[in-house]
Amino acid sequence: MAELSYRDAVARGIAQEMERDPDVVFLGEDVAGAGGVFKATVGLLEKFGPKRVRDTPISEQAILGAAMGAAMTGLKPIAEIMFSDFLAVCFDYIANEFPKSHYMSNGQLKCPLVVRTGNGAGSRFGAQHSQSVENWAMMIPGLKVVAPSSPVDVIGLFAAAVRDPNPVIFFEHKSLYAAKGEVPDGEIVDTLGSAKILRPGKDATLVALALMVPRALQAAETLSKEHGIEIEVIDLRSLVPLDLQTVLGSVARTGRLFTVEENPRLCGWGAEIASIAADESFYDLDGPVVRITTPHIPLPAADNLEDLALPSAPRIVDKIRRCLNG
Amino acid sequence: MQPLPADPRRNDALDEAKRLELYRLQVEIRDCEQRAYDLFLQGLVKGTSHLSLGQEAVAAGFAAAMEKGDLSFCTYRGHAHTLARGVPMEQVLGELMQRDNGLMRGKGGSMHLTSVEHGVMGSYAIIGAHLPIACGAAWRAQYKGQTDVSVCFFGDGTTNIGAFHEAVNFAAVWKLPVIFVCENNLYMEYTAIKDVIPAQIQHPAADRAASYGLERIVVDGNDADAVYRSALTAYAKARAGDGPSLIECMTYRYSGHSRADPAKYRPEGELEAWKARDPLKLYRQRLVEFGIGESAIKRIEDESKRKLDAATEACKAAPPPPESILTTDVYADGGWAWRN
Repeated sequence: MAELSYRDAVARGIAQEMERDPDVVFLGEDVAGAGGVFKATVGLLEKFGPKRVRDTPISEQAILGAAMGAAMTGLKPIAEIMFSDFLAVCFDYIANEFPKSHYMSNGQLKCPLVVRTGNGAGSRFGAQHSQSVENWAMMIPGLKVVAPSSPVDVIGLFAAAVRDPNPVIFFEHKSLYAAKGEVPDGEIVDTLGSAKILRPGKDATLVALALMVPRALQAAETLSKEHGIEIEVIDLRSLVPLDLQTVLGSVARTGRLFTVEENPRLCGWGAEIASIAADESFYDLDGPVVRITTPHIPLPAADNLEDLALPSAPRIVDKIRRCLNG
Repeated sequence: MQPLPADPRRNDALDEAKRLELYRLQVEIRDCEQRAYDLFLQGLVKGTSHLSLGQEAVAAGFAAAMEKGDLSFCTYRGHAHTLARGVPMEQVLGELMQRDNGLMRGKGGSMHLTSVEHGVMGSYAIIGAHLPIACGAAWRAQYKGQTDVSVCFFGDGTTNIGAFHEAVNFAAVWKLPVIFVCENNLYMEYTAIKDVIPAQIQHPAADRAASYGLERIVVDGNDADAVYRSALTAYAKARAGDGPSLIECMTYRYSGHSRADPAKYRPEGELEAWKARDPLKLYRQRLVEFGIGESAIKRIEDESKRKLDAATEACKAAPPPPESILTTDVYADGGWAWRN
């Protein structure tokens, strides 16, 4: 057991899979020589050599297309798209190619690859380098969508993603790279589609993802200490597969459901959870499902404005307190 | 634009079997595409279809030069390349007719013909998407030390999309064993390609090759021998580890862009000028010049019609796909589950 940063967990997770399987290769912009713009892939070039860890031109379509062609014919590529906002430049592969080739070919083609991408706000980069776009991927049948919140989950879920025979979009949160956590020694392999209850509570269920997880935990602590409200906090960990047994099972115990998401308001992943809960947990619910989101705006660069936009622990506390006491 | 002047070279070293194969492939593609059109008029081919009538020599020339294990990546105009790799007519027509005997049991349709068993690694209906994908397949060969070559066919219009430039640059930088084959049939959908490229450029693929350090190659795409020759050179280069080739084949499609297009935008006399250099007519004449008997030629033509009629009848008798396959193969476990 050792303390590891989320950033270093990325490199360890990639290394674990590359050591295990010589068919795992890694490509992206500035990932090899520079060790990644977030320094999350430092040391991989030295460890695995330029044949397996490759810098590419600034050509996002070529990166994802090449990953797909390699995956279809026997490799297990890991492709990095530096900022998740850039998925928009190569969205054809995300929306039309990766997720449809297996179905359209009646099962002939397979696309076992992982796209790693830096997601989310907090770096004061402005509207084109700060978005949280896991909901873009969630809406497409045929993809799997993962977003870890802790170093140990980075390694375990990444291993599961690489070993999965489907295309997986793996969202790393930029504002979590410096976060630290305990990580056991040795190989770590987790399971996609398994949400985790990080804190038990009887009064309400709060579902979170990625950067919103530590904020949800912080809010739950405040609600407990200062207001005597006990919140059950669930880290979804993957949006597809979606672990609804854990979410709806919790709602059956608590009777209230809150989601906290970094996506802008319309069509964020919380909307889908709320819709499913309305369908399937209606009689368990003692009040409306409440979504806590970023407002439906492009993200500003200024630190005070960006902080205002994102759901914060105090905002979560305030919202839950008013809803439960209302 | 008129057809290229005839190349006096005729591949004198080719043996008779290879010559007959080149002719057979063209005849089978021509017959099958014409039948697809007829079936469309009868309301039996649904959705859309994009025919390669007039472009048969490109598919035949490249396929005849391939080795087993080489991979083809096609566009929505991919029937010809699929047939050229040996996929049975019944499976192709079955897919066009959206029957259960189709290549993908009706789940893909005309624009997505795929037969991994025959090296047809998909037909892609988003312009340019498959050029990077072919790079990836070639990267795998390079990485694993395998000698197969990935060949990517696309139209002249593709040369104006970003993925084309990303892929050709990527392949050149990584020295990948991939061949980019532009079938320049003079029209991007309904618009003449000359109207959407700079006036200084005559060949939208070949004239841009220098940007990526590649040789400028323009081939008479109506002459299967010329195509075959340039294909062999490119395969040898790729297998030797000397990187990609970009080849522009000048050809002409006799039908419209898709089934909805009557092709009224053609200047008068253009179609006739190209039909005078019809690839099948040209190649049949060449077989005669090389002393191949009329009976051997006729046998190929009759056999193609016989196979086509049998395939057509089989497709007409085939049921539609069962409803049970609607949700299969969304994920690699065979199912579509996104939740527990």
